[in-house]
Amino acid sequence: MKHWSVSRRLRISGLICLHVAVLAAGFLGPYDPTEQNRALSLQPPMKIHFADDRGRLHARPLVTAADGRRYPLRFFVAGARYRCLGLTSRTHLFGIDPPFRVFLLGSDEFGRDQLSRALWGGQISLATGWLAALLALGLGLGLGTIAGFFGGWRDMIVMRGADLFLALPWLYLLLAVRAFLPLSLSPWTAALAIAVVIGIIAWARPARLVRGVVLSAKERDYVYAARGFGASSWRLISRHCLPETYGLMATQAALLVPQFILAEVTLSFVGLGVGDPAVSWGNLLSPIRQLSIIASAWWMLLPALVVVFAAWCFSLLDNQGERNGVVR
Amino acid sequence: MWFGRVVKSVLGCTIAICAHAAVLSSDLLVTTGEAGHYGGSLVVLERAEPKTLNPVTALDAPSRDVIRRTTADLISINRRTLQTEPGLAKSWTTSSDGREYLLELRRGLRFSDGQPLTADDVIFTFQAYLDESVHSPQRDLLIIGGKPVSVEKLDETHVRFRLPRPYAAAERIFDSLAILPRHLLERPWREGKLGEAWGLNTPPAEIAGLGPFRLKDYRPGERMILERNPYYWKADQKGNRLPYLDQIEFRFVPSEDAQVARFIAGDADILNRVGARNFELLRTDAHTQEDQLEDVGPGLEYNFLFFNLGPVDAKRFPEIAARQAWFHEARFRQAVSAVVDRDSIVRLVYGGRATPLWGHVTPGNRPWLNAALPKPARSVEHARELLRQAGFHWDPDGTLLDSNSKPVQFSIVVSSSSPERAQIATIIQDDLKQLGIQTQVVSLEFRALLDRVLNSRQYEACILGLVSGDADPNPEMNVWLSSGGSHLWNPSQNQPMTPWEAEIDRLMRQQMTTLDHAQRKQLYDRVQQIASENLPLICLASPNILVAGRKNLGNFQPAVVDHYTLWNVEQLYWRHAPQARPAQGGVQ
Repeated sequence: MKHWSVSRRLRISGLICLHVAVLAAGFLGPYDPTEQNRALSLQPPMKIHFADDRGRLHARPLVTAADGRRYPLRFFVAGARYRCLGLTSRTHLFGIDPPFRVFLLGSDEFGRDQLSRALWGGQISLATGWLAALLALGLGLGLGTIAGFFGGWRDMIVMRGADLFLALPWLYLLLAVRAFLPLSLSPWTAALAIAVVIGIIAWARPARLVRGVVLSAKERDYVYAARGFGASSWRLISRHCLPETYGLMATQAALLVPQFILAEVTLSFVGLGVGDPAVSWGNLLSPIRQLSIIASAWWMLLPALVVVFAAWCFSLLDNQGERNGVVR
Repeated sequence: MWFGRVVKSVLGCTIAICAHAAVLSSDLLVTTGEAGHYGGSLVVLERAEPKTLNPVTALDAPSRDVIRRTTADLISINRRTLQTEPGLAKSWTTSSDGREYLLELRRGLRFSDGQPLTADDVIFTFQAYLDESVHSPQRDLLIIGGKPVSVEKLDETHVRFRLPRPYAAAERIFDSLAILPRHLLERPWREGKLGEAWGLNTPPAEIAGLGPFRLKDYRPGERMILERNPYYWKADQKGNRLPYLDQIEFRFVPSEDAQVARFIAGDADILNRVGARNFELLRTDAHTQEDQLEDVGPGLEYNFLFFNLGPVDAKRFPEIAARQAWFHEARFRQAVSAVVDRDSIVRLVYGGRATPLWGHVTPGNRPWLNAALPKPARSVEHARELLRQAGFHWDPDGTLLDSNSKPVQFSIVVSSSSPERAQIATIIQDDLKQLGIQTQVVSLEFRALLDRVLNSRQYEACILGLVSGDADPNPEMNVWLSSGGSHLWNPSQNQPMTPWEAEIDRLMRQQMTTLDHAQRKQLYDRVQQIASENLPLICLASPNILVAGRKNLGNFQPAVVDHYTLWNVEQLYWRHAPQARPAQGGVQ
């Protein structure tokens, strides 16, 4: 860790902060992400000031509310009920006195707070990314090891299967699967289904790489020696071959998680992923499909920056792997 | 030298006199618009390329848009007044029993290839449309009570149509029935190849019509150019033969946003229909704010929420079948209607450029609107009362439970290609939460959605919109008759399933054969009333027709019925030569 550059340290702390913020969305976000304020549609982000309407300076930050006047930002305020890590609470990090509302990242067409939505949206998007990546890696590791270690007809079947899955246009397959899912699925179940489908489709690439690593590992002298001493196949795999693949797995995770987050974002962006009222980064971005929104409400683009930031942070592990000379 | 000049001027005069004589000798229709001048080209954007130029088989909107400019009909519906007016038929009379129509054709008219129009062309046209083997979509219009309309030639300019039984406003069926040139299409018809004739590969010289323009050039994927038809049969008040424009260029741009960007960049002269947000964008953009941006008012489109009220296979879809008990309860539907915030839909989805609806006839259709329909204000209390009466109750958390204490929740499907309807769904979802009803909004690709609604019936609720092609109730028969294929909530029934559907069937059939307008209006008013009480469609809003045309374009008179902007294309003209706008960034 000591030889990590500043940029890498920044990225890993960014990644940790992002995950903590998304987990604590209920506390950090001032409002319920689905609560509509139809009178406050498409409000631009509010500026933070330290001087009030008369120009007097304050230590407490102030924001300009919809009526054009400045109101103090209050901390640890009571608001909408939320659940965080199994706990139910009503305390939010900040807010302003009702009836006014604070929109630090602006509001959408229905007057929903974009900041709260960006934080809550991360839960489905990150969870989908991680879950799909774990599934793909798990399947890839298992099948790749079988193919590489045992060879022969097992290798043939797994690798031809991998060729088939690599050739599948996954986006279209996902669209088709989404159309066949029952309509009454809750948004979380829909996200889970998407993650499972992505994970099942994407096993081929990690499986190929794992096969290569296992193939070379099993030819090492110490593996021959262990075999000579009568070690079982299971012991050879678990003690000698699999540890060789750990670096590769980390690199693959760093590549696959952001890729799958983007897959969920793409699906929800075109309106075929997670539906309202649940919020994900994808459906947060879907209004910007409309020219008029981009032209008149630039702040609707801000959630895209969060997605870019997440993908940038994830590339840390990937670079780390590359430095160690691990196959990508 | 002087001799040549004299010959030239004499020749010129002779040609001018001959042309004028030709104008006088043929029965030209004189239009009422302001007189313009000739020249220029108009660039129009279409969402897709036309699939055919054959008026008999064209189904898709782009093909019909082009064909409407290259062909003409006997009697037209004026898109502005919604009344019928003479087209190729100079006049017509109706027999007292309403079953015979005697049409007198204009004399001296010619197709765009110079061949004369005769009564034989009209007879041939109707033979072709009625031929079952051609599969023309217009054939249904000409079958009344299971029997076809018959046509008979009396002399060169008179034809008589006989209807198998009285049919209200029968003259409206002639609108958009393009008269075909017998000299070009009779052979393919006799050979059984009429359906394949006039495809996109047909040379322009082999296509002729009676419309203001004729095909000049088509480049696949790029553009279709129509040029002025020199034989067109309308003239302005000064006696100048229309149209004024030299050519129309159709270009193909698939999305509304891309079309708006093209208009802003100066690459298009007309936008046939834009959404409210894009309209605001055009109004504020420096390049377009001086153009003719017109809000024509509510059109004939109505958007609505409806529940699946048809028979569902309880074994395959047990959940949907179980939930249908709620949907069949009229008070449940009334409660949903009472809680929907139509004003928010109008304001947030359509930027205020729409009208809230409580019935399916929009304010854009003034002649048929039942103004007496109640327009109850939104009331959560009233909705709760209705649900209580219907046996629903609430648990301590506020979740709505049915009489078996099952929580009320359902899914709403919307088309993923319509951002407006997705927004409407989000608003309704939030409104229903106030009654303790949980809903899932699922967006589906449009064809998958239609398949679920019309065929597999695997849905619970849906938000859709319908646009009438005409103000008259007759084209709506397919929606309101219980046997109709577009009777969305329960299509193609053998027997009406409910007494109120049977009553609507009876009224719709009766209005179709009633000739007296006032009486028909009364019958249709009653249909609207029954529909608004039983709410098979919970009508939400009707968006205004918003169009854009260049500032410089004369006689630009958009209408509330499609085609909104090109319906009077023969009268459009450039007030002065359009200035080429320097290429600039714009939003691409």
